[in-house]
Amino acid sequence: MAAVKPRVKVPKSASAGEVITIKTLISHPMESGQRKDNDGNAIPRQIINKFTCEFNGQTVFTCDIDPAVSANPYLEFTAKVNEAGTFKFTWVDDDGSVYTDEKEIALK
Amino acid sequence: MTITRRSMLTLSVGAAIGVVAGVRSGPAAASAEDAMAKVMEFAGGSEPAMGTITLDAPEIAENGNTVPISVSVESPMTDGDYVESVAIFADGNPSPEVITFNFTPMSGEATATTRMRLAKTQNVIAVAKTSTGQVFMDKKEVKVTIGGCGG
Repeated sequence: MAAVKPRVKVPKSASAGEVITIKTLISHPMESGQRKDNDGNAIPRQIINKFTCEFNGQTVFTCDIDPAVSANPYLEFTAKVNEAGTFKFTWVDDDGSVYTDEKEIALK
Repeated sequence: MTITRRSMLTLSVGAAIGVVAGVRSGPAAASAEDAMAKVMEFAGGSEPAMGTITLDAPEIAENGNTVPISVSVESPMTDGDYVESVAIFADGNPSPEVITFNFTPMSGEATATTRMRLAKTQNVIAVAKTSTGQVFMDKKEVKVTIGGCGG
């Protein structure tokens, strides 16, 4: 499969208690298992089935993802920032591959 | 390969089965009942009340491969009272499940956005479950001009 690349947008800083918006995108075909190849055989399912966002080791937000989510899954959500630290993002593929990205945030 | 009588028989039986299977138009679509059954299962057995959760989806989706949807639930999002999860279902797709967003008090707000596939015009249903045991839902019909299931 072509390189699976995550791209995440997190503000560089936030005031204590501020709710920030996080935008994530990962390039992935999200093969639903519904498509057929030219010979009429079903192309097997292969999707990102789980997404996790942690902050300083604590889970903030997760998604259980099904094949109806579009290719190159886009996930936008919020997080309340009480202290400076590191966001860690994880995507899990049906085939067991795990993709991650990290972003730091400072307190204003 | 030589076509033996056995292989002819296998081929024609296979073709007959294929025709019968094909009559139930593929990809087999979930029915509205399948989706509502999943909604009630997620909700813990009863049909959720409408309201408190808002599902934003376009009235018309040009391309069923990528339809932006977003959900927002009014909630204090405190340790004692927060939205635990929001599940999205589609009642005309091959399977009704789309995504489940799982929130925590650290989410700040119970809101999330993604893009989904819609095979054809159908209802998208969003169901929210809170930590205090309340369940809410919202439903929107999305008209689809080009279906998003690869066929």
